[in-house]
Formats: sequence, C-alpha cells, structure tokens
Amino acid sequence: MVQAIVFLPLLGAILAGLIALFGGHARNPSGDTVEHHDDHGHGDAHAVAHDDHAHDDHGHDDHHVSEPPAAGSRLAELITTGLLFVSAALSWFTLVQVGFMHQDARIPLLPWIMSGDLQVYWALRVDTLTAVMLVVVTTVSSLVHMYSIGYMDEDPYRPRFFGYLSLFTFAMLMLVTADNLVQLFFGWEGVGLASYLLIGFWYQKPSANAAAIKAFVVNRVGDFGFALGIFAIFALVGSTDFETIFHAAPGLTGKTINFLGWQADALTLTCLLLFMGAMGKSAQFLLHTWLPDAMEGPTPVSALIHAATMVTAGVFMVARLSPLFELAPNAQAVVMFFGATTAFFAATVGLVQNDIKRIVAYSTCSQLGYMFVAMGAGAYSVGMFHLFTHAFFKALLFLGSGSVIYAMHHEQDIRNMGGLWKKIPYTYAVMVVGTLALTGFPLTAGYFSKDAIIESAYAAHNPFAFYGFLMTVIAAGLTSFYSWRLIFKTFHGEPHDEHHYEAAHEAPLWMLIPIGALAVGSIVAGFPFKELFAGHGIEEFFRESVKMNPHIIEEMHHIPQAIAFLPTVMMVVGFLVSYLFYIRRPYLPVELANTQPMLYQFLLNKWYFDELYDIIFVRPAKWIGYQLWKKGDGFIIDGFGPDGVSARVLDVTRNVVKIQTGYLYHYAFAMLIGVAGLITWFMFGFGGQ
Amino acid sequence: MTTWPILSVTTFLPLVGALIVYVSRGDDEAAQGNSRWIALWTTLITFAVSLLLVWRFDPTIADFQFVEKGAWLASGITYHMGVDGISLPFVILTTALMPFCIIASWKSVTVRVREYMMAFLILETLMVGTFSALDLVLFYLFFEGGLIPMFLIIGVWGGPRRVYASFKFFLYTLLGSVLMLLAIMALYWNGGTTDIPTLMHTAVPRSLQTWAWLAFFASFAVKMPMWPVHTWLPDAHVEAPTAGSVILAAILLKMGGYGFLRFSLPMFPLASHDFAPLIFTLSAIAIIYTSLVALMQEDMKKLIAYSSVAHMGFVTMGIFAGTIQGVAGGVFQMISHGIVSGALFLCVGIVYDRMHTREIAAYGGLVNRMPLYALTFMVFTMANVGLPGTSGFVGEFMTLLGTFKVSIPTAFAATFGVILSAGYALWLYRKVVFGALVKPSLSSIKDLTFRECLTLFPLIALTILFGVYPKPVLDMSAASVQQLVNNYNTAVSAVKAAALLQ
Repeated sequence: MVQAIVFLPLLGAILAGLIALFGGHARNPSGDTVEHHDDHGHGDAHAVAHDDHAHDDHGHDDHHVSEPPAAGSRLAELITTGLLFVSAALSWFTLVQVGFMHQDARIPLLPWIMSGDLQVYWALRVDTLTAVMLVVVTTVSSLVHMYSIGYMDEDPYRPRFFGYLSLFTFAMLMLVTADNLVQLFFGWEGVGLASYLLIGFWYQKPSANAAAIKAFVVNRVGDFGFALGIFAIFALVGSTDFETIFHAAPGLTGKTINFLGWQADALTLTCLLLFMGAMGKSAQFLLHTWLPDAMEGPTPVSALIHAATMVTAGVFMVARLSPLFELAPNAQAVVMFFGATTAFFAATVGLVQNDIKRIVAYSTCSQLGYMFVAMGAGAYSVGMFHLFTHAFFKALLFLGSGSVIYAMHHEQDIRNMGGLWKKIPYTYAVMVVGTLALTGFPLTAGYFSKDAIIESAYAAHNPFAFYGFLMTVIAAGLTSFYSWRLIFKTFHGEPHDEHHYEAAHEAPLWMLIPIGALAVGSIVAGFPFKELFAGHGIEEFFRESVKMNPHIIEEMHHIPQAIAFLPTVMMVVGFLVSYLFYIRRPYLPVELANTQPMLYQFLLNKWYFDELYDIIFVRPAKWIGYQLWKKGDGFIIDGFGPDGVSARVLDVTRNVVKIQTGYLYHYAFAMLIGVAGLITWFMFGFGGQ
Repeated sequence: MTTWPILSVTTFLPLVGALIVYVSRGDDEAAQGNSRWIALWTTLITFAVSLLLVWRFDPTIADFQFVEKGAWLASGITYHMGVDGISLPFVILTTALMPFCIIASWKSVTVRVREYMMAFLILETLMVGTFSALDLVLFYLFFEGGLIPMFLIIGVWGGPRRVYASFKFFLYTLLGSVLMLLAIMALYWNGGTTDIPTLMHTAVPRSLQTWAWLAFFASFAVKMPMWPVHTWLPDAHVEAPTAGSVILAAILLKMGGYGFLRFSLPMFPLASHDFAPLIFTLSAIAIIYTSLVALMQEDMKKLIAYSSVAHMGFVTMGIFAGTIQGVAGGVFQMISHGIVSGALFLCVGIVYDRMHTREIAAYGGLVNRMPLYALTFMVFTMANVGLPGTSGFVGEFMTLLGTFKVSIPTAFAATFGVILSAGYALWLYRKVVFGALVKPSLSSIKDLTFRECLTLFPLIALTILFGVYPKPVLDMSAASVQQLVNNYNTAVSAVKAAALLQ
C-alpha cells in the first residue's frame, strides 16, 4: 500500500510528462536545418507573440495565452488528480493503521549504492511520524491538483504543470518515507528540483527564472551542510540507516571530531551540519531569501510547496533525527535560536509588504520558525502538530489568495484591492477562517498547536528558551496584525481599482471545493489531535518515531495560567491595532511610515538581506571567477606555461640567430671567453675542495 | 576460459574497419556515405563484441580476466592484454560511446569524411588498447598513440583556432608522457620486466617510488586534467568538432584517472600515500577554482570544459583517499562523467549545427521551439549538478564520503563544488533554454531530429538508470577495487608499523 501511495504520483508525473512532451513535439517540428528568412518581415508568429509576453512580466501572476492548450490537457489533469486522490485516501488509511494499530513497516525496494561498508537501499519506512507527513502531503497535494484544474485553465502548458506537481509530490513522499539519510537527501534534492521547475514554470518571465535559480542555489547552500552531515555520520557510525544511527548515537556522546582545526563535539557538529540543510529547505533566517522570491511561481505551487509541504521538510528532518538532536543540547539551542529569530524577523517584514502572496510567504517563514522553536525545546511532536495544522490553514490562505488573484485578473498588490468581500463572499469567508486559524483564535487548529509551541518554549531548559518564548509571543502579535491587515486591505474599505473590482467574480467550482475542504481542516485539525500531538497520547501515538525530551510535555502542562493566555492576548492586540489602522483610522499607517522612514524602508526591503548577499557573495564570486579565468588561467598559467614557453623558445631562437653574425672574430672571442671561464671553474671549483 | 581472443578482437576490430574505409576509395557522395556506414557498423559490432566481455566477465574475481599473452619485443616485453573490474567499465564506455560519435558526425562533417571516420576508428582501437594493455610498453604505445588521431581531429576538423588548440593539446600531453617514458625505463631496470601484473606485485624501493610516481603523475595529471595543467582542455574542447569533444571529455580524460588506479596506487603505494595531501590540495583547488571560472564563461563548450575539470577533481580526490568508497566512487564518477559530459557536448553540438555559434549570448528561449531538446538538456544539466537520482550524484557522493574519512578539510572544500556547480549549470540552462524567444535568428530553429534523439535518449536512460541503480557498475568493479584498496592499505600500514618499531 505504501508503494502505491509513493509511486502513484510518479506514474501520474510520467504520464502527464509524456502528454506534455508529445504535445510540445507536435507543435514544434524537428529538423536540423534553420531556414533563414531573407525577407525583412520575420513574419514568424511565434517570435512576435513571445516578444509581447516578455514585456508584461512584472509582479503579476500572469498566464501566457499564446497557444491553444496541448491535446490531452484534460486527460493529464484528470489522471494526475485522480491518482493523487487515491494516494491521499490510502494515506489516511495508513495513518490509522500505523498511528492507532501500530503497524509500522519497512519495505525494502532495491539496493542503491553498495560499496564496501556503505550499504544504501531504496526502502520505504512508515512509522507515525511518516504517516502524519504522508497525510499532510497527499491531502494538500490532491486538493492543490484539483484547485489547479480551475486556476490554470487558461494556460496552454497544463500537462507539464501537472506533471511537475505530481513529480514534486513523489519526491516529497520519497523524502518522508526515507529509511536512510541518502534517500532522505534524494527526496530533499528532488523536491528542490520540482520547486525549481515550478517556480520557473512561466519560463518566459526573467524574474521567474531568476527566482528559480535562486531557490535552487540557496537550497544548495543548505545542502552543503546536509551532505557534510551525512559524511560525518557515516564516518562516525559507518552507516546511513536511521536504525543503525539511532542505535549507535548514545555511544557517540563525548566523541570529538577535528573539524578544520576545531575539536568539535561529534554529535553537536553533525547535528549543526544537518540543521544547515534544514535551514535552507525551511527558509530559516540567513537562508530565507529564496522563499519570498519563489512566489514568482503559480499560486497553487506556492500553496503546495512553499507553504504546506516542502518547506516543512526541514522540520520533519529534525523530528526524524530527534534521537541525535536530543543528545546534542548545544545544537538544540542553535535550532531554537534560529527558529525564534526567524519567527520574529519574518513577521516584522510581513508587516509592510504589499504583495498578497509575499505577505503569506513571510508568514510561512515565520510559522516555520515557530516549528523550529518547538524542535529546539525537544517537543518534537508539538512542532509536528503545528506542521500538521499549518499545512491546512496556510495552504488555505495561499489558495484563497490565488482565488483573489484569479478574481482580480492577476492583480497581486493589496493596495489595488479593497471591498472585495461583496464580490467574492465565499473566498472572503474561507480567508477569514484561515486567518483565524493562523492567528490562533481559540478553538481553531492554529490555536492548539501555536499555543503549545509557545508553552514548550517557556518550559524548555535551554540557553535560548526565554529568547524563544519572547520572540514567539511578540511574533504572535505581529502575525495577528499583518494577517488582519491583509484581510482588511483586500476585502474591506473602498475598492481602489474600479475596473478590476467590477470584473471580479467568484472562482469556478474546481477551486472552491478545495479551499472549502481546507477551511474545514483549518478548524477541525486542532482539537481532535491535541492529545495525540501535545498531550498524553504522544507515547502511544508516536512511540519510537520521535524521541521527545522526556519532561517537556509534563512541564508544559504546569506553566502559569497567565503565560498560557499571553498568546491569545497578543492575538487580540494585533487584531485591534490592525482594525484601528486599516478600518478606523486608515491614515495612521501612512503617518507612521512617514515619521519612521528608516524603519519602514528597513522592513520594506526585508532587512536588506538580498542587497547584503549580493555584495558579500554574488559579486565577489563573479569577480573572483573572472579574475581566475583571465589572470589565473590566461595570464599566469598559460603565460608562464605553454604560451610563455613557446614565446621564450621563439625569443631564444631569435637571439641565437642574432649571435650567429658570421664574423670570425666574434666566434673566436666567444671561444676565448668560454675557455677562460672553464679554466677558472676548474681552478676554483676543484681547488676549493 | 575463452576460446578466441575476444579482447584483441574488441581492440582491433575498429582498425579493420578503418582499413576497409581506407580501401573503399573515392570522394563523392556515395563514398562518403559508405564510409559513414562502415564506421557505424564497425563501432556497433565492436560494441556488441565488447558486450560479450561483460557477459563472460566474472565480477567475483579481482584479478585480470580474458588474459592474452604472446611474445613480442626482446625479452620481457610481451603482448599482454587483459581486463579487470577497474578497466572493463572503461572499455565498455569507449565502445558504447563510439557509435554515438559516428551518428553525431553524420551530417556535421562534410569534408574529408573518409579520413575523419578512419581517425575515429583508429582512435577507438588505441583507447580500448590503453585500457586493456597489461604491459607497460604496450600501454605506452596505445596511450601516446591516442594523441595523434585526436591531434588530427582537432587540427583538421576543428574550429578557427584549431591549430593553436591542437598544438597546445599535443605539447602539454606529450611533455607529461616523456617523463612517464623515463619512469617506465626505470621500472624496467628495477624489475627486469614491463609486465604490469608482475610489477604490481614487485616492491619498488622507496626512493624510486617517489620519482616514478612523480613522472607518472606528470603524465596523468595533464591528461586528467588537474589544476594547474588544465588550460589545454577548454581550448581543445572549444576547437574540437562535436564528436571530438565527446571523446575527449568522455574517454581521453579518463585515461589519467585510470592511470592513477592502474599504476600510481598499486605500484607506488608509499609515494601515493606521501603525495596524497598534494593531490587533495590540487583537487580541492581544481573544484573551487574551475567552478568559479565556469561561472563566468561566455562559450558553452568552455563552460562545460571547466566543469569537467571540476568533476575530475572529485575523481582524483576520491582515488587518493584510498578508501573503498573513494576509489569505487572515482571509477563510477568517471563512467558517469563520460556519459553526462559526452551528452552535454552532444547537446551543444546540436545547437551549434543549427546556429554555428557556441556563444551563450546568442541563444535564449530555445524551449519555446525545442521542447525535446529542453528536456534532454535539463536531464544532463541536473546530472552535471549531481542531483540524486542521476548518475552524477552517485560518483560525487561516494568520492566525498570516501574522502571525508581521510581528510575532512578536503571534503569540506570540495563540497563547495556542490553549490557552485548548481550556479553555473543552471545559469547556462537559463541563458540558453529558458526565457522568451526574441532573437530573430532563432525564430525558425527546429527541434531534435530522429537521428539526434537516437544519440541522446539512450544516454538519458543510462544517466537515470545508473543514478537509481548503479549496482551494475559498482559490482563490476567491486572486487578489483577491494583488492586495490587492501594492497594499498597493507603497504602503507606495513611502513607505518616498521616506523613504529624503529
């Protein structure tokens, strides 16, 4: 059954890919000659059509309606979506089987890399942690597939889009079912590839291409650490299998590795290296820059990859490796520090953004920070709880935003919206549900998981525990503020763009059903699961799949009441300030921005990280590359190597030619000098002995 | 075991083909067509024969198989051929790639077709011979002989600066080889034989090891090519015709790595151990340096050439790590790089045939008109980046893993290549394939033809197959690699033990 869950999406991806390929091939003839048009018309419709598209590409989620859809588009959509729904149904079934009936499984598939003591197999491992992820991934993915049928209906390249979506799902499922670090890395990079392809789906937009590369390369920076972490583990344990590693982990405490001159604690070092991978994938502070740019991709992609699933892979990884992290308290402190910093940092940037998708993207970044705070506290199941609930409400917010964008004909700037609730009441309703869940309104899904995280941070014993607590509480207020700001500016107030406003309409049913389902999930995914993820059912539900800090849950239940209420208070404060700013006194935010221009610009420009990285990494790398090429290869190596030698040989020949003057006395003189030299050498050279 | 000299047949069959091409005179269309077909059939039959080798090869035996031995020159110099798990993959790689080269040159080469085909067939004989020779003199003959056809291929059918490039290529490689010849003589005076298996079991004095190692190193490092003697490669690639580039990247570069495995490690283990830090340093520099340089290239072929140098850095690093994963990874990386870089050069050749320029800036938006090409190029780009699931990952991963055990700083530095390779490869892809198709010159470009699909699709299949299931290659070489590593470690630890006793 697990094989079916994992490989049905791959099958869908291959079929959709073939449809896309045949469609593409049918439209574009093959031939190895190029006809050169001598007439000046260049009447090639394609070139002209594409040329037009190159210009209107700024910040819009625009479709390119230049060609009729490929044949079989509907077929590709139905195949991939249908297979995903099957996969999702099986996943829920698996969750019940594994979580409650304790039928963990490990299914070997194929030998992969076998060399000496390196024995890596393709295998599917299903325990509760995996089962939870299976449910999250397949559920959101199937809903997003369905939503995309409506959202992408004008795009001529739909088969390719659905192929990519299914490919992504497959890679993500390989990631969560991995039985060893290398397979985890396969899934890890596989989702990276799918993300790259989907961000750059509209490949005619230069901004989309740039964002795609940025996402891949920044993720690779994280993977650099991840790979080194795998090597370190293999060097220490001699295996990459989770079971073997976890078994050997307690024996590694106290061991050290000499890492570039630093006598590092082996486990701390390994965990930090692996966490670097998690930081890249989950867009944590310092490696977060790709996530907002990734919004260049179509909105369903943002919902699936950049909110619900792929970006949570880092959280999953830390939870999966909890037996290691539990033994490395220093690494846990670092995890908590980065989580807390991200939660705060991303929330501050989210306050002032104007692109509807970017607001939600920064919100995602911030919520991922929350999850890492829980990981750092050792409350892994609590982090997973937030991952679970967040998948529903954040996918909802993205898809809802997509519905707004669809209604507004690809307008994404919230300054141009307003008053939309009358036009698209259904979307409005679900967006409010999503916002309530995100801000942690009592009894919604987010309420349970987010409060549990803040409590775990308070209860944790960790140098950064209080920092984590403080930052998450502040971020809770900020989250509430920017989320309601989005709602108020989009749906309330006066319409700012009459033209678009008049034309706004509710999306087709393909899109409304999935967001409705996610809205239901955003409400009910909290309470029923509370005991399993953050209460007394953890031991029974998760069993061996995560290794919790043994005291954290108990201590969470014994924190002061005032602390437990604090997040809710912050949520209310955020809402009130937002209400004041955007409904009652809309001139206030403008005044505030004018009186604090420095702060406003700082936030608007995302703390200037892009500029900073450009200066300290991108430009130097290019400069060095150029210098090495021209000076290193061209001037030094070639200059003193082959070119230099050949030039010298020519010089010498030329001079030798000059010496041969033809005059006898020149030669006689040279001979005399030579003889004199020889005699001198004999006399002093041997005489000295 | 065998009833007929199957290895010699594989080696010299292409030569027979070349003779047939030579005999069928004429320079009209028909004769050109004939020579193409003869060359294609010769390479295909050779490939089929070489598959027999795979079929009959026993991967559990670490020693040489299909051994043929005959008296040849003087005493001690014999015609000795044979393959083990380390050389057989290279033999197969050679025979497998040759048909693709012939097909790829089908239309792009129009002048002196007969001579071109002959050069390639002779080259194939010499390359297969290099990998299967078990006598130093024989090896040297094949190894150096390969220079001549390649020199001609670049010099006659190459681009505008072909003369400069071919001389640079020739002088660089020849300079290294001369030193190797001296070392071969020294080995002969020391052991009284040039028989490779015998020499592998002959202990060489420490001082001679150092000098011989350095001499061999000079030759193999240039071939590899290792930093800083790599500058001939970009020039040679840029000027070579497509098929020449394919062979150069896929096979000729592998001779250096093969040489390290066949000579340096087993014959001079102590010197190898002593010089390992040098190799590590050069490899790490190569990976970072050439990756950075690749970032700034304006010529598609140059970019891929520089990336080849970086990838070969992983190979040398892995080999001299002296661990099983390192050495096996090095072999695998070479095979994988042979497939992937060969395919990348084929991809460049396809657009070069259409547009007659390799300048990256001249392209853009090809995906709009060439979906099949876009897919193909994407697969190989990702393999070049080392995405798991492609063959590029397995080799990189194993070499890094093997090196990490021995030298953490080297592995650390080399892993930067993972970031940089993503940078340059994706940048190339974006500039060439993605974007809007706005350049008028490209507006009527057409997608892959059947012939071109024939050259690329099998390589896609291999790239993914070996990425998901690398076992065939790893198993083939496992026993020999194990023996090599064991001998190496025994020799090194024996010296260490002796040093401790004193």
